[in-house]
Amino acid sequence: MSFHEVVRFALRGLSANKLRSALTMLGILIGVAAVILLVAVGNGSAQAISDRIEALGTNTITVMSTGRGGSSSTALTKDMADALVDPVLAPDVKSVSPVVSSSATVTYEGTDHDVSSFVGTTPGWFTASNTPVGPGAAFTADDEAQGRRVVVIGQTVAEELFPGTDPIDKQVTVGGALFTVVGVLAEKSSTGFQDANDTAVAPLTAVRQVLTGYGSLNSILVEAADPGKVDAVQSEVSTILNQKLNVTSSTTPYRIQNASQLLATQTETADTFTTLLGAVAAISLLVGGIGITNIMLVTVTERTREIGIRKALGAPRRVILTQFLIEATLLSVIGGALGVAAALIGSSFEIVGVKPVIVPSSVGLALGVSIAIGLFFGGLPAGRAARLRPIDALRYE
Amino acid sequence: MSRPVLDVRDLKKIYGQGEATVHALRGVSVTVERGDYVAIMGSSGSGKSTLMNILGALDVPTSGTYLLDGVDVSRLGDRQLALARNRLIGFIFQAFNLIPRTSAVANVELPLAYAGVKPKERRKRAMAALDVVGLADRARHEPNQLSGGQQQRVAVARALVTEPALLLADEPTGNLDSRSTEDVLTVFDQLSSSGRTIVLITHEPEVGDRAKRLIRLVDGDIVTDVRQSPINQPPVGVLAGGRHSL
Repeated sequence: MSFHEVVRFALRGLSANKLRSALTMLGILIGVAAVILLVAVGNGSAQAISDRIEALGTNTITVMSTGRGGSSSTALTKDMADALVDPVLAPDVKSVSPVVSSSATVTYEGTDHDVSSFVGTTPGWFTASNTPVGPGAAFTADDEAQGRRVVVIGQTVAEELFPGTDPIDKQVTVGGALFTVVGVLAEKSSTGFQDANDTAVAPLTAVRQVLTGYGSLNSILVEAADPGKVDAVQSEVSTILNQKLNVTSSTTPYRIQNASQLLATQTETADTFTTLLGAVAAISLLVGGIGITNIMLVTVTERTREIGIRKALGAPRRVILTQFLIEATLLSVIGGALGVAAALIGSSFEIVGVKPVIVPSSVGLALGVSIAIGLFFGGLPAGRAARLRPIDALRYE
Repeated sequence: MSRPVLDVRDLKKIYGQGEATVHALRGVSVTVERGDYVAIMGSSGSGKSTLMNILGALDVPTSGTYLLDGVDVSRLGDRQLALARNRLIGFIFQAFNLIPRTSAVANVELPLAYAGVKPKERRKRAMAALDVVGLADRARHEPNQLSGGQQQRVAVARALVTEPALLLADEPTGNLDSRSTEDVLTVFDQLSSSGRTIVLITHEPEVGDRAKRLIRLVDGDIVTDVRQSPINQPPVGVLAGGRHSL
C-alpha cells in the first residue's frame, strides 16, 4: 500500500470530524503564531532601540557638564575642546566638535519658525554625529574660522519656511542677524518625542556671536578613530579633562556619555524583554500541544473499533500506525503552517508602536515543537491501538 | 480431491485462569471443502463466536492447528496474518462494521487498498462487487444513509471483493428484520451457486436450513454434522426459488 494512499486515508479521517480538527489546528495556530509574533515584537523593539542609538553614532562619546548654574570652574570651554585634540595624550581621537545650542526663531520673508535646537559647532560635527547634508553643502572650516553667518537647516525647518522653493542661498534672520542657508540636512529618523529634523546647524563662532554669547559649551562631541577605540578615547578624554579641571575627588564635574555602552545596556534590556515574551508564548504553544495530545487520545480511543475493522480487513500494523501518525502530524503541520502565515501577516502591522521583526529561528523552533508534539503524542495512542489484536479492538466500547 | 479450504484439528480455547476458567472450545475438528456452504448453529455460549473469530484469524486458539487453504495460520507473524485476512478470508460481522462517514464504494474498496490494488482497478472491482449484491446504485451513499439490510449487503460486497478462498459470516442476519434477512440470504445462495465457500454462524433455523451442511455446537463441542444437500449443487434456497422469490 503506497504512502500516498495512507495520506489520503489520514485526510479522510481528519475531514470526517471537521470541527474538531479545525479547533485543534486553531490551538496550534495560536500557539505557533504567538511564539513567532511575540518574539518578533521583542526583537523589533530591541532593533528599534539599537537603530536609534546607532543613529547617534556608536564611535562617539559626548562630554557634558554636570555643573549647575554654569560656574566657570566646572564649565566646559572651547579651550578644553581644543586640548582634546592632542596626538600624544589622545592618539585615538579623530575629531572634536564643541557644541553650543539654544532654541531660536528663524524668520524668512515674514514667516517665523521656532527651531528647538539651533546648534553651533565645527564642520567635523556632521560626520561625527552621523548627520549627512542632503542638498547643498555643510559649512567649511574656513567659514567657522571667519565666523561667516551661514546655516544648514533641517528638513522640518526647510518645509516650514520654504514650502515649494529651494532654500539654498536664501537669507534668513536669526536673533537679528542674517544667515545664508547653504545646505539642508538629510532626513533623519526621530529619536523619541523630539523632532530630529527640527534643527539648524551653523558655525560655532557665528552662533556664539549672535545667540549664545561666549560662555560655556553645552557639550563636546568626540569621535574615535574606530568603534573599537571608543573606550580608549573615553579614558584619554577623562585624563585630559581631569588635568584641565584639576579634579581630585572621584566625582567629576562632567559626564561622559558613551553610545556603545548605552547600546549594550539597552540591548540587554530588550533581550530580557524578548525572552519574557517568548516564554509566555511558549506556554500557549504547550497548551496547543496538549490539545493535540488530547484530541489524538480521544480520536484513537473512539476509533479503536474502526482500527479493529481495518485490521480484520487485512490492514498491517504499520499502515494503521502510519495513518494515525500522519493524521496527528497533519493537524500540527497545517496548524503550524497557518500559525506561521498568521504571524507573517501580523508582523507587517505595527504592534503597540513596535514594528515586529521576525526571528527565523523562532519560526523553525515553533514549527518543530508543534510537529514533535503531534508525532509523539499522536504516535503513542496510535501505537497502542495498532498493537491490539483485531478481536480486542472490535470488542472495544 | 483438492486440499480443503479449512482444516481445523483439535482446536481448544480457554479463557481465564484457575476457578474462573472457561472452556469455550473443547477440541473442535472440522474440515470444509471448496464450494461448501456450512452453517454452524448453537445456543449462546456454545462457543460458536469464539470458533468464528479463530477461523477469521482475529483471535488465536489456546491449542490445536488451523490450516487455511493449506497455510498454518497459527505460525504466521503480524504481517503475514494481515495478508491472510486480506487475501484468504472475507469476514462479515453481525454489526456490519462498515467504516462510518465513508461511502459504500470506498468501504468496499478498503480491502483492495490494503492489498495494493491500483485505484482505477479498485473502483472497477468494488463496483462489480456492489453489483453482485444489487447495490451498484447506492455506491455513493454513506452507511448511515443505508438500511440495515443494505449495510449488510455492502459488508458482503466488501468481504468478497478480494476473491477470498473463504467467506465467514458471524450471525450475518442477527441484526436484521425478516425482509432484509431474505435479501442477504439470497445473496449467499447466489454466491454459493457460483462456487464460493461459505461458513456462517446463526441461531435462526431458517438460515441454517438453507445451507448445504449444518453443524451443531454445544458447550464447545460438535454434536451433529449433517449434510443437507450435495456440495456440487446449488443450495436449497436456489432450488426452491419459487418459495423465496419476492
